[in-house]
Amino acid sequence: MTTSTVLAAAGGVSGGEEVTFWILGPLALIGAIGMVAARNAVHSALWLVLTMLCLGVFYVLQAGPFIGMVQIIVYTGAIMMLFLFVLMLVGRDSTDSLIETLRGQRVAAIVLGLGFAGLVGGALYRALEGTTAVGLEQANAEGNVQGIARLLFTKYVFAFELTSALLITAAVGAMVLAHVERRKQDKVDQVSTMRARFAPGNYPGPKPGPGVFATSSSVATPARLPDGRLSERSTPDILPVRELTAQETTLKGTDQR
Amino acid sequence: MTSSILAQDPTLADFGRDPWWLVLGKIVFAFAFGLLATLLGVWFERRVVGYMQVRPGPNQVGPFGLLQTLADGLKMAFKEDILPKAADKVVYFFAPTISVICAVTALSVVPFGPMVSIFGHHTPLQVTDVPVAVLLLLACSSMGVYGIVLGGWASGSTYPLLGGLRSSAQMISYEVAMGLSIVAVFMTAGTMSTSGIVAKQAHGTQLSIGGFELPAPGWYAILLLPSFIIFFIATVGETNRAPFDLPEAESELVAGFMTEYSSLKFALFMLSEYVAMVTMSAVTTTLFLGGWRAPWPITIWEGANSGWWPMLWFFGKVIALVFVFVWLRGTLPRLRYDQFMRLGWKVLLPINLVWILVLSGLRSIEDWDTRGKMIAVGIPAGILLIATIFWPSRKPQPKPTTQEQVDSRPYGSFPLPPMDLQVPPSPRITRVVAEREPANIVAGSDSREV
Repeated sequence: MTTSTVLAAAGGVSGGEEVTFWILGPLALIGAIGMVAARNAVHSALWLVLTMLCLGVFYVLQAGPFIGMVQIIVYTGAIMMLFLFVLMLVGRDSTDSLIETLRGQRVAAIVLGLGFAGLVGGALYRALEGTTAVGLEQANAEGNVQGIARLLFTKYVFAFELTSALLITAAVGAMVLAHVERRKQDKVDQVSTMRARFAPGNYPGPKPGPGVFATSSSVATPARLPDGRLSERSTPDILPVRELTAQETTLKGTDQR
Repeated sequence: MTSSILAQDPTLADFGRDPWWLVLGKIVFAFAFGLLATLLGVWFERRVVGYMQVRPGPNQVGPFGLLQTLADGLKMAFKEDILPKAADKVVYFFAPTISVICAVTALSVVPFGPMVSIFGHHTPLQVTDVPVAVLLLLACSSMGVYGIVLGGWASGSTYPLLGGLRSSAQMISYEVAMGLSIVAVFMTAGTMSTSGIVAKQAHGTQLSIGGFELPAPGWYAILLLPSFIIFFIATVGETNRAPFDLPEAESELVAGFMTEYSSLKFALFMLSEYVAMVTMSAVTTTLFLGGWRAPWPITIWEGANSGWWPMLWFFGKVIALVFVFVWLRGTLPRLRYDQFMRLGWKVLLPINLVWILVLSGLRSIEDWDTRGKMIAVGIPAGILLIATIFWPSRKPQPKPTTQEQVDSRPYGSFPLPPMDLQVPPSPRITRVVAEREPANIVAGSDSREV
């Protein structure tokens, strides 16, 4: 047991703990506010990372080193990283629009939020004022990790396993929804490909490229077939067919010799 | 091993008692170790790779080219710092810093040596230790991913973004394999503190081969060989080193996440990469190679594991592991991304899980009598044997001959030329050969310099 663990178990607050709290507490608060206020989704996620890191350090300070480290590894390291992963794929320019759809909604939300925070804070302060934590020493008697392991794998083993089963079900469900398997009969062999190719109504040869035998290099200029007709199939469907007039194709007289 | 040497092992109670100047000194030492390891590591890597590729490597600046990295670093510091127009300025600035901070912080729980006396203070050669020190290492490496990912995203261009995405997927996948291989170490050592794990590897096991008592090191690299191998592979993946350097694959992504970086910020990324490599080597040494403890032939000398000597053994082991990193880079070609992911999820992870199952099974029957052990090992082994015998064969069917393939073609397929068609030789070939004069070449000796 390190010194800080011993101190926390005794219920005292050391100077170092107080200093750390007053540095990291405001930082965590700034992170939380920044997460709500940031326009950019990635910035928002980063503010949340800051808050989570501060919370992890708080757990360590409160004689729970294991839960603190797990908070940093699992939540900050893995889950927020997956969030970032998705956000980055969405694109860096996707910012919130500032148009208010409900009138006065923002002010109401701020007032209600502040009121709720005040209520919760006040209630916690009134309830916990003057009480001292007991039983921490017994809980951490054989080490923090061993204590958690004993509880997790004896008393709460059913809840623990149930939670993991739930997570696995969710993961398998996501995979089933996202996975597309091609059936065997969907594959076409060479013979049926060729039958479809030479079927009446289908032109088996390659499509003429745009601009073949044409008077212009534009992609909108259709190709000419060997008999001189224009081929509609050589230009993309969305482009209007444009054939230059005789006046346009004559020399402009700019090449004076 | 005598008890006076064992008393050198620091325990968790020995930490947190140092005066402030000693703590500061230790922190500065660990930081300087990281920086110095980078300076020498880059030089070491270039020299070793040069030797492997039969060329000299850097040999101009300083003795043996030792100061080449310093010169490069100075040059980098004086270069223009370019900020791309599309970059997210704040995140772009912070990304390399996050990388470096995480890489260096991990060094704080690495034990460099046993208890020593510094100016009258009896203190362990380690910045600090906590009951969850190894988890702290994992946390540092998982936070280090942020530096790379954010660097890739904040650059505001395509290649860095792809590199950043690749690295985040890579590091998350390989962290799973890494964490699982550490589980075996936790189970055997019964502790998560780095100094405790080193202390547990002190007692060598006795192997009796043909009546001879052979002292084997108590290293977890030998006791837990599968975990060690998987851990080291995951380490290479985690530090983005060749053959797993996909986030900065120069043949595909220019320089990956650091394409847009220049000057000192680029230098910081380089620094974090090399510090991470050295840190990971140090962690591997601590967890699997007995930490600062001397290997077997040296332990004949009584004082090998006390005082300042262990630091030498520790650095020796770390350098050997860094050499393996460089060796891998000089030998193996880069993997394709899907091969890399398949290795992580479909090979390393299942092997690790099975190995942990076997290990926990072996540990739980440790106290049984011989008959119970035989039954406990024999029944699963028998089931396994039967399963391997009767497992449906996955050998591919023999490939049909050409004639069989031709016969089995559906009606209406392309006509084929006869299989025994002889193509007559072109008359042109014979003419050219006949007209050409025989070349007048005298064979020289092989040893002549060209």
